[in-house]
Amino acid sequence: MKRMFLSGNEAVAYGAIDAGCRFYAGYPITPSSEIMHMMAKLLPEAGGVFIQAEDELAAINMIIGASWAGLKSMAATSGPGFSLMQEGIGYAVMTETPLVIVDVMRAGPATGQATKAAQGDLMQTRWGRHGDQYLVVLAPESPQEAYDLIIEAFNISESLRTPVVFLMDEFIGHGREVVFRKEPGEIKLVERRRSSDHEPLFGSDDPRIPPPMPRLGEGYYVLVTGSTHNEYGYRDVHSFETHYKLVRRLKEKIWGNIDKVFKYEVIGDPGRAEKAIVCFGSTCRSAKEAVMGLDNVLLIRLITLWPLNYDLLRELLSNVRLVVVPELSLGQLIYDVQQVIDSGIKVVGVNKVGGGVPIYPSEIKKALEV
Amino acid sequence: MIKHEHLSLKYMRREVLPTAFCPGCYNGIVMNALFQAFEELGIYDLRKYVFVSGIGCSSWIPSPYIKADSLHTLHGRAIPVATGVKLANPELEVIVIGGDGDLASIGGNHLLHAARRNMDLVVIMINNLVYGMTRGQAAPTTPKGMVTPTTPYGNPEEPMDVARLIANTNANYVARWCVSQYLFLKNSFKKVLGEIKRGFRFIEVYAPCTTFVIRRENKTPGQKLKELMNTCIGYEKWEKLPAEERTKHIPTGVFREEDKPGFLDNYKQLIARLKR
Ligand SMILES: Cc1ncc(C[n+]2csc(CCOP(=O)(O)OP(=O)(O)O)c2C)c(N)n1
Ligand code: SF4
Ligand SMILES: [Mg+2]
Repeated sequence: MKRMFLSGNEAVAYGAIDAGCRFYAGYPITPSSEIMHMMAKLLPEAGGVFIQAEDELAAINMIIGASWAGLKSMAATSGPGFSLMQEGIGYAVMTETPLVIVDVMRAGPATGQATKAAQGDLMQTRWGRHGDQYLVVLAPESPQEAYDLIIEAFNISESLRTPVVFLMDEFIGHGREVVFRKEPGEIKLVERRRSSDHEPLFGSDDPRIPPPMPRLGEGYYVLVTGSTHNEYGYRDVHSFETHYKLVRRLKEKIWGNIDKVFKYEVIGDPGRAEKAIVCFGSTCRSAKEAVMGLDNVLLIRLITLWPLNYDLLRELLSNVRLVVVPELSLGQLIYDVQQVIDSGIKVVGVNKVGGGVPIYPSEIKKALEV
Repeated sequence: MIKHEHLSLKYMRREVLPTAFCPGCYNGIVMNALFQAFEELGIYDLRKYVFVSGIGCSSWIPSPYIKADSLHTLHGRAIPVATGVKLANPELEVIVIGGDGDLASIGGNHLLHAARRNMDLVVIMINNLVYGMTRGQAAPTTPKGMVTPTTPYGNPEEPMDVARLIANTNANYVARWCVSQYLFLKNSFKKVLGEIKRGFRFIEVYAPCTTFVIRRENKTPGQKLKELMNTCIGYEKWEKLPAEERTKHIPTGVFREEDKPGFLDNYKQLIARLKR
């Protein structure tokens, strides 16, 4: 263990290297660029490859190629770049390509405010692509958690053969705190299941178990396509059965593993609390301060934002009469909360975005007083 | 009686034949030339070759027809995916096959930058003058005045000369051949697969779409092929033509040929410097 003083962006870079990431492609964008700067320095030293892509369309597709050639791969960006990557992320879902994509959120839409924190990309990480597609979205609340969780992001992407989106915001990306960096022996790493002789590469009997993934060049004559394909990779752009089977399996691969990927933190006693806060990312820091000394408030911090364990959230919120949802946006997570509670329970959003202004603990406290 | 098999078959996935291409499609000529190049180089097994393609008729050549690893990617994105593959495992020979729309329009930026980087890839662009797969709309290569579904009154735009554009970058090898110049085409493939084995190698194949170009001219693919024998001339000869004659001819040949270090050689040098 090594004690360091790092920004969230720097912590992501160190975490990625420690997770075994050996390929990075990116295009500069505030407030994520420090991740790219760090990878440009660290990767050549670690025997990996760094390339500055001509745009985000190239970046996402380069890491897809690198992943199929056998390397753990990552790209980092912010909202505008993430929007450009969406088609490629959908391709990665369809082809079951393990990747990690970091989105350090800034105020949007469009160019918005490049240097100012926001949380308005939540819905686009889940639903920003066309078609039926599911992946995993994780959100840390601190540089330390950014370090630990990015390692977990790689592990999930490898074990489920899926892209994982790592959702941060400017406050965490640029905020600096003490981070304990682990030694190689202290880290549990998961590698994708490599090939086996006759197992199909794009199908499995149990949808929760992803098929194996060989490296290119191993003699499997791999057929990778973003078009609808059968379990051996052959394109089938006509039959209902092939398409339906494929998208159902890909959905079940994510939702059927919810117990493995859903992470959250709870402060307070769900049995006794009358009120609750549901939050993710940097706003939870203010929320934690707001609930200090209040024993009738339950704080639920979502670390996994997708797939979301709605049943668990419903259960945790079953006894409260008020839920406060602080967000650095006009409100997106609030829809998840509204979905799981009874109509009689009040849900209040605390929404602020732009100008680099955080949500203050006092504002959350005030909302709790309703 | 001894049954002779077509040389192409050993490079193809037999189980998916016949191909989905229209009868008379020139994609077959390009495939034959490529396979013959492999055979003449003594390369009979493509397990260390990775084919990357985008979306379009020509992108279907490797996926699923070539028996090798292949990545059939998004429309326009074959070059960045190929770049990722090559950089992650330099042992693999990575070949991109795509259309004029795929590589020069929606993926044009990637083409330009891969050429600038002298990225270690072979890129084969089949210029059929239109978007074949989506039924013959205008492409950036469509001649001025040509009628297509998106240019019903004739194409008002000037076409792009992709090979000569890429010849002005840092690429190691740039050539253009018409399908009627089969031997030149095959020899170009041999050159970039067997001789110049690094850097960016770009080959444009002029191959008008049988269904959406040739048929609109009321010609058969055979007639068109004969016509191309006169249309396609060496670029030195073409440059001496008067302006109005130039538009009626296609300048072909090798526009650029070098064997300087590619991106990977330069990157390896950087790593070596770090270790010192
Ligand atoms: C993002 C996106 N836009 C549009 C399309 C539709 N589309 C499929 S193939 C194609 C054009 C292909 O033309 P070209 O690359 O020249 O290949 P050809 O079929 O002529 O060989 C288009 C526009 C698509 N698949 N994806
Ligand atoms: S549409 Fe044109 S390019 Fe496509 S298969 Fe038919 S003839 Fe070939
Ligand atoms: Mg075309």
